[in-house]
Amino acid sequence: MAESTMKPPRKTLGPIAWMRQHLFSTWYNSLLTLLVGYLIVTSVGPLLNWVFLDANFKGSEPGDCTGAGACWLFVSQRLNFFIYGFYPDELQWRVDVMFLLLAVAFVPQFIERFPGRKWLGLFGITGLPIIGYFLVPGGLLGLEPVETTKWGGLMLTLILAYIGILASLPIGILLALGRRSDMPIIRGLCVVFIEVWRAVPLITVLFMASVMLPLFLPEGMNFEKLLRALIGITLWQSAYMAEVIRGGLQAIPRGQYEAASALGLGYWKKMGLIILPQALKLVIPGIVNTFISLFKDTTLVLIIGLFDVLGTVQSTVTDPAWQNVAVEGYVFVAFCFWIFCFGISRYSQNLERKLDTGHKT
Amino acid sequence: MGNSMTEQAQIPETQSPSASEEGKPDIIRVEHMHKWYGDFHVLQDLNLTVRQGERIVICGPSGSGKSTFIRCINRLEEHQKGKIIVDDVELTDDVRQIDTVRREVGMVFQHFNLFPHLTVLENCCLSPIWVRKIPRKEAEATAMEYLERVKIPDQANKYPGQLSGGQQQRVAIARALCMKPKIMLFDEPTSALDPEMIKEVLDVMIELAGSGMTMICVTHEMGFAKTVADRVIFMDGGEIVEEAPPHEFFNNPREPRTQKFLQQILQH
Ligand SMILES: Nc1ncnc2c1ncn2[C@@H]1O[C@H](COP(=O)(O)OP(=O)(O)O)[C@@H](O)[C@H]1O
Ligand SMILES: [Mg+2]
Repeated sequence: MAESTMKPPRKTLGPIAWMRQHLFSTWYNSLLTLLVGYLIVTSVGPLLNWVFLDANFKGSEPGDCTGAGACWLFVSQRLNFFIYGFYPDELQWRVDVMFLLLAVAFVPQFIERFPGRKWLGLFGITGLPIIGYFLVPGGLLGLEPVETTKWGGLMLTLILAYIGILASLPIGILLALGRRSDMPIIRGLCVVFIEVWRAVPLITVLFMASVMLPLFLPEGMNFEKLLRALIGITLWQSAYMAEVIRGGLQAIPRGQYEAASALGLGYWKKMGLIILPQALKLVIPGIVNTFISLFKDTTLVLIIGLFDVLGTVQSTVTDPAWQNVAVEGYVFVAFCFWIFCFGISRYSQNLERKLDTGHKT
Repeated sequence: MGNSMTEQAQIPETQSPSASEEGKPDIIRVEHMHKWYGDFHVLQDLNLTVRQGERIVICGPSGSGKSTFIRCINRLEEHQKGKIIVDDVELTDDVRQIDTVRREVGMVFQHFNLFPHLTVLENCCLSPIWVRKIPRKEAEATAMEYLERVKIPDQANKYPGQLSGGQQQRVAIARALCMKPKIMLFDEPTSALDPEMIKEVLDVMIELAGSGMTMICVTHEMGFAKTVADRVIFMDGGEIVEEAPPHEFFNNPREPRTQKFLQQILQH
């Protein structure tokens, strides 16, 4: 029983030993370490100065930006426009409620032991869009209507991305299943749908949705530009999603299908309980990749005259009252996108770790 | 290899083949069944009648169509000619009849095919809950009984990936039994196992045979066939070449092809 008392050898290194092993193991490794260190020191210092130390945070007018660093006044003065677009000030609480609900539903997803986080997540993909459907456009339940032409900024970016993501996943799943179906008509339709939408650039889709579609639709059947853009984005995204998911479906061994069939599970139960949970887990990185690129692609709605967060910033950096604030504006936009995309990415990593059930058979 | 293994797995003579099934009704009837893969005539004019409680062992060289044959019995493969009647239901394209048959027929595969994303207990409860619509509590209790019977109740909350091959195959047997099937099909259940795990799986199968389950096993474990089978069927080239009780099959095989096959597998 000697082996039961043996522990695996500990592998700890002091900081000096760690550095010697990882940073200075050979002469060229040492050289690279020094070079990279030099570059970091020379580039990060000025960056920090520009962003924080020399930056201007106080005041309210362009003239208050006297320091050498960034002029954040520009962003803070226009923040309302960047976040809500032309949404009326006195009604912005409705959007704030949605931001709050979004945070309540999804921030706990990053906290491992948060009680009831599953239910909050479920609310986030069911209740939240329903509430948003009534609250943001208004017009019902005594809420003053706000036309979609007034929506803009970060709020519009989030609406486009959120609905695009939420709707494209189930449609993508159905398309992927259809493409692997035994029924030739269904398979054919799915193949055509996927190949047509995937082969078209999103810009073209948006143009078609905003300019061409109204020409073909009968008089009076026209609907909102935003809705048309949303449908275009969702269908376009679904085609990509379908191919990502099909990759996962193909990776599931035939034995899994057979075992499920042999147990008497019908098609939908077999897919829903056995095949999809495994296939989706396998392609989480691909799905997240698609989500993130969709999130960023929403900026293209600018060309059909919708002002997402990038659009609102772009339209203000040319304001003659403010000189040379373009960099600050774009850094702000970049930061907005980074926060959300990084969040999606982190969440998916948590999910992958949680779903790992040991090596495959 | 495994011959010395299966020798240990033998059970007392009392459970050896008997004629007690003589008066029982037929549960599987295969009549003039043919199957093709494209132009390849993989199964040729198969006929087989299995009575309730009978234990059949099918053996034969690799590629002779054994797997294809038993997979036709629960319609994992479809046949193109002839009849297959399982528990008075004829297997046709009718999806409802296929579902009915699959509820009554459990299957154990060479590579276990457990669901890796579900725990052992969830693997066992899945079909009772979703197909038989049994309440979860009850399904779990039944599953625990069967896990007890295959001697791994303590692994119930582990994932298949955390178990050894022999344990996984026993879970697969328990999973099939949880549907309370009338017939169990085994397709080379020990072929993918390391030698030291074969016995634990055979023990479970022998115990099951003793309980009166109708079983069709494709296997090369001749010790198991001698102990448990009522009839041994030898297939070659998509045909049933010989069918006989085990003592006759092993002691005086009639067909030269059977003799040659037996020589080959009993040599080492
Ligand atoms: N899906 C398939 N398509 C075409 N041929 C197949 C397929 N499955 C099996 N076969 C062929 O059918 C024959 C019988 O296979 P199988 O039933 O698996 O044999 P066994 O189980 O006796 O080794 C083999 O020659 C095999 O190559
Ligand atoms: Mg086989």
